[in-house]
Amino acid sequence: MRYLLKVDPIACDGRGICAELFPERIDLDDWGFPIIDATPIDGSLMSHAKRAIAACPVLALRLEHAPPGAVRR
Amino acid sequence: MQQIPATESRVGAAPHGLPRLLASSRNHAHAVDLRTHRSTMQIPPLPQRRPRFDLIDAVDAAGLRGRGGGAFPTATKMRAVTEGGRSPILVVNGAEGEPASSKDRMLMARMPHLVIDGALIGAAAVGANEVIICAERTSIKALNALEVAVGERVQARERFVPIRIVAIPPRFVAGEESALVHFLNGGEAKPTRVPPRVYQKGVKGRPTFLSNVETFAHLAQITQWGPSWFRQLGTDAEPGTMLATVSGDVTRPGVCEMAIGTPLTDAIGNAGGTNSPIQAVLIGGYYGTWLGAADAAAATMSNADLRSRDSGLGCGAVVVLPAGACGLRETARVLTWMSTESAGQCGPCVHGLGALSSTLTALAAGQIRPGMLDDLHRWAGLIDKRGACSFPDGAARLLRSALQVFAGDITLHLRHRSCSSAMARPVLRLPKREEVVWR
Repeated sequence: MRYLLKVDPIACDGRGICAELFPERIDLDDWGFPIIDATPIDGSLMSHAKRAIAACPVLALRLEHAPPGAVRR
Repeated sequence: MQQIPATESRVGAAPHGLPRLLASSRNHAHAVDLRTHRSTMQIPPLPQRRPRFDLIDAVDAAGLRGRGGGAFPTATKMRAVTEGGRSPILVVNGAEGEPASSKDRMLMARMPHLVIDGALIGAAAVGANEVIICAERTSIKALNALEVAVGERVQARERFVPIRIVAIPPRFVAGEESALVHFLNGGEAKPTRVPPRVYQKGVKGRPTFLSNVETFAHLAQITQWGPSWFRQLGTDAEPGTMLATVSGDVTRPGVCEMAIGTPLTDAIGNAGGTNSPIQAVLIGGYYGTWLGAADAAAATMSNADLRSRDSGLGCGAVVVLPAGACGLRETARVLTWMSTESAGQCGPCVHGLGALSSTLTALAAGQIRPGMLDDLHRWAGLIDKRGACSFPDGAARLLRSALQVFAGDITLHLRHRSCSSAMARPVLRLPKREEVVWR
């Protein structure tokens, strides 16, 4: 099963912890808010994703099932 | 466009040619009353308990698309609402937060019964047992006309499902569907996270058929006169007429009805034509895009044509920018205003719109710094699709079109720190807000 990492832009207040914990897929914009790579996540990266989700102080990150055929943007 | 002579129509006779929505209002400065309205339009037996799929099929056959800006097929939305498993609610969205548009306000103020008929037919079609009509608190004429119209129906002993008229905060994003539903559910008129979409779970948690005022007016006429009548005007892909609000450098600014696919120059001509040569045209309002003079001369009022020009009809607002105005300064003013209209919920919107508007304002004022043009392009890309709603996407789109259409002006500003239009009076009007209210 592959997943997409999503951020709730209303909840997010740009602490940036996620980008530190999951730099493979999360970058920060000029103002410190996460830019998330749209590539589905699987395998070895799942633990990184889960760690970033758990560390978010405002619980703004979540994993969603990737629709079949979801590819990199 | 509206030159077809007025004829005394028989009861139920379909308006021939143009205008359609405004047919019975052409000799009236005020709201069309119930008796006048009923002389041209009846209404099917109401209310209904179950969805009337025959009515939805007619909307489908007519090819009606939403007239609030999204141009989503209305029948598809209606079917989705009927599949929600619970009794739906219908919401008429008259939150016309777009400063360049006034067609919905005008329709509610002058044709309240047409809008109400559309809402009641829509309710019967999807099996909704409650109708809510929303208009901005500042749209006094529209709110009054609707209240009076509902009263007339009660007096005439017409049967209909409960109609609630709700005044909403005058904010740009208050008309975004999740914001409107959030407000109707007792919250602030700010967008919320989607999903669920309002057709699944909206007002009171029920499936909500929410569409624009003009859409419901068309829906009423389609039910009355049929899909093939509706398709007599407009294009195959985008049938029917539309209301355009034409302003800026035109001699008779206002709302006019035209067939979809009408040349943009005819729309401008219908508003009395221009005072000066056209420099550019803003299509779709402040949530829209700039067209340069060459595109404006060739474009037609249809999404199919405008899409090929990286543009779209949006809510149908058209603003003509005359030669002699500074498109950069105009866009900077709009972006600055939009940054104050942000709900302030999402980081990329708050910071991005702030950065875009202040940098474009500096560029327009000749306060040049190295890399500012690259920053504008980059930030427009950075905020795109990163908000809970599409408000920042609209700001990014407006900016991109400005950078393209006014590229020549940018060169002038970068080289000479100004342009020849620096002293021109602003063309695009901005609403004054007494205070920021969300409830």
